Amino acid sequence: MFDVLEKYDILAAFWMTIKLTFFSAIGALVIGTVLAIMRVSPVAVLRRLGAFYVNVVRNTPLTLIVFFSLAGVGIVLQINLVDPNSATSLRDNAIRWAMVALAVYHAAFVCEALRSGFNTVPLGQAEAARSIGLTFGQSLREVILPQAFRGAIAPLGSVLIALTKNTTVASVIGVAEASALMKVIIENETASVAVFLVFALGFVILTLPVGLLFTSLSRRLAVKR
Amino acid sequence: MKARRLGAVAAAATLALTLAACGSGQPSGGSGGTGGGGGGGLKIGIKFDQPGMGLKKGNEYSGFDVEVAKYVAKELGTSEDNITWVQAPSAQRETLIQTGQVDFVVATYSITDARKEKVSFAGPYFIAGQDLLVRADDATITGPDALDGKKLCSVTGSTSAQKVKKQYPGVQLQEFGTYSECLPALQTGGVDALTTDDTILAGYAAQEQYKGKFKVVGKPFSKENYGIGLKKGDTAQCTKITDAIKKMISDGSWQKALDANLGPAGYKPGAGNPPTPDACS
Repeated sequence: MFDVLEKYDILAAFWMTIKLTFFSAIGALVIGTVLAIMRVSPVAVLRRLGAFYVNVVRNTPLTLIVFFSLAGVGIVLQINLVDPNSATSLRDNAIRWAMVALAVYHAAFVCEALRSGFNTVPLGQAEAARSIGLTFGQSLREVILPQAFRGAIAPLGSVLIALTKNTTVASVIGVAEASALMKVIIENETASVAVFLVFALGFVILTLPVGLLFTSLSRRLAVKR
Repeated sequence: MKARRLGAVAAAATLALTLAACGSGQPSGGSGGTGGGGGGGLKIGIKFDQPGMGLKKGNEYSGFDVEVAKYVAKELGTSEDNITWVQAPSAQRETLIQTGQVDFVVATYSITDARKEKVSFAGPYFIAGQDLLVRADDATITGPDALDGKKLCSVTGSTSAQKVKKQYPGVQLQEFGTYSECLPALQTGGVDALTTDDTILAGYAAQEQYKGKFKVVGKPFSKENYGIGLKKGDTAQCTKITDAIKKMISDGSWQKALDANLGPAGYKPGAGNPPTPDACS
């Protein structure tokens, strides 16, 4: 069995999975934080916009978002994220659109995780911040957000693990990550339990340490009240 | 107590969903089909999403593979009403056969050595070749030699996609989950050609909404022997199916089925057709 697997570059495929995860996670964190701030802001329109985004994106299948981002926006509307004349434009475009789609999708979950973090901060903290004269922005930056992040570490870890596994969806637009390679192997060597197990093991190796790290972080960084 | 029961229901629902995702189209339930197949019926695996070869529309099944399957079933003594059609996506074909969920598979199933280690094949009943589908007004792509710098579309991980990557390094390849997803990209100019077996291409070109928009280039650059996959080592069944294929070719039904399903696209089968099925071993 393992001689079959030696013919394929499994590490390169998982490296692509890691790259997808890394860049999408950063994107999701940024968008998600903005969304979370919108959802707790004193402006009603922003709150509704944030809620609308979360509800729409969270309830749309990821496959659809990923496929639509490349096929609909990238190819039909011709909005390229790379130089269309480069020799690898198709491949790079697919990778970048996959990252965008994954970031946009998981931002909704990051937002909700952060909002749960906001709820761990007692109301008195915000009131105290305002009473010493901090503006909304200042109190958010100096008082609320740092505590919210520390309270939201565990759910953020869950989002990251989900994101890692969800990168497999990128194979629907041809990104050469782990599950795409699995399809190649199944096509050439026929399906067998061993192939599935190897790839499942790969994901466990990626996600298990993340889970352990975030659990211990959440324990160490949680605000003692 | 109540919470626990709810939990059990949720778990069951999740399980059902997972099963549905894994084996969609499988005859309902885990009874292994013992109930349905009682009266000498056959369970045949076909593609449900390949126009011209195996396509499910409502409760109607059409395509060349379907015609071959019906003919073989008839020769095996099973009428059309007693056939249970099972969806056989490429990645699941071996498993479906090995676990007995289907009696045989007629689903653009190329005979390869790796697959022969798991299942037996009767046939070939058709010889297809990898070809190119281009926009009807595109005169620049005349064959595989004119592909340098072009953008091609195929299905993630498919044999066709791998062949392009290996043999034509100057070509850019966009991979999607299914061939139908390539068509809008081809139509709008996002890619220059769609590549896979000519049978599949002809089936898409013949579809109502794409009539006249695309053409098959007609210079196949590979040879795919389509066979009927069945349980490994079942020589008796294999011989019967092979005889049925031979009869289908000799009595003209083969040609008729081909013309009816792939003819509208102006498709002419490549060299070597109709093939002579190999002896079973």
